[in-house]
Amino acid sequence: MTQEINQGRRTALKTGGATAIFGLFVAAGLVRPNTALAQAAGWNQGAFAAKGVDGTVKALGGATPAQTKDVNWGSTPEIAENGAVVPVSITSSIPKTESISILVEKNPNTLSAVFTIPPGTDPSISTRVKMGESSAVYALIKADGKYYVAQRDIKVTLGGCGG
Amino acid sequence: MADPMRIRAKMEGDKTVVRVLMSHEMETGQRKDSAGKTIPAMFIQEVTATCNGKTVLSAQWGTSISKNPYLQFAFSGAKAGDKVVVSWVDSKGDKRTDEAAIAA
Repeated sequence: MTQEINQGRRTALKTGGATAIFGLFVAAGLVRPNTALAQAAGWNQGAFAAKGVDGTVKALGGATPAQTKDVNWGSTPEIAENGAVVPVSITSSIPKTESISILVEKNPNTLSAVFTIPPGTDPSISTRVKMGESSAVYALIKADGKYYVAQRDIKVTLGGCGG
Repeated sequence: MADPMRIRAKMEGDKTVVRVLMSHEMETGQRKDSAGKTIPAMFIQEVTATCNGKTVLSAQWGTSISKNPYLQFAFSGAKAGDKVVVSWVDSKGDKRTDEAAIAA
């Protein structure tokens, strides 16, 4: 049993090291993240890998967002029974809303989704996200080139990571 | 090829309300299998919805969208009988496109 655990640790250390080295390559521009991982063109790797709310907003290209109350959380619960399926519904009443992003502060990667709202589409989306633990969830709204943020605390009674 | 999406599009007043249920594992890359090996991430990265050739919603997703993702949105400028086309691309490059006619 002990051996197994140690084995696991070895692998973790090894892969951890590999990732760090890979990170260096990326930083040095030797490997472009886009080519290293098969992924959709235009997918914002940096923003989705960012950690923390501030880092994510920065990676999305925004300055410090202003707090707003013009966000309706619709049917989003305050207590979610199952962290694997947390319904999130966001409606912005800020004029000229261009995009709505969902950020979960305590998830391994903060950014969940970015929805681009073209003219003619309601600034309102509903989806379901995973949450590892109880956390603040942020709606980041881009409207007329400016960023606004609204917060909602969601309690999770059963974690969503690990199935 | 993944299973088809279930798309419902319906007129509510002058708006079209679209509900989409996709069939996708949305693997985060953080889980481990019974042998302790990390299951590689595989998740939908981009979703696009169009109607009459015009994009009505586009989205980029991370790993923290739930398994078998659900999405609801509404737009104006379409009428009953028009087709809503939804497509996604996942992190492995797998794609899926489905369409549904807007119900009155």
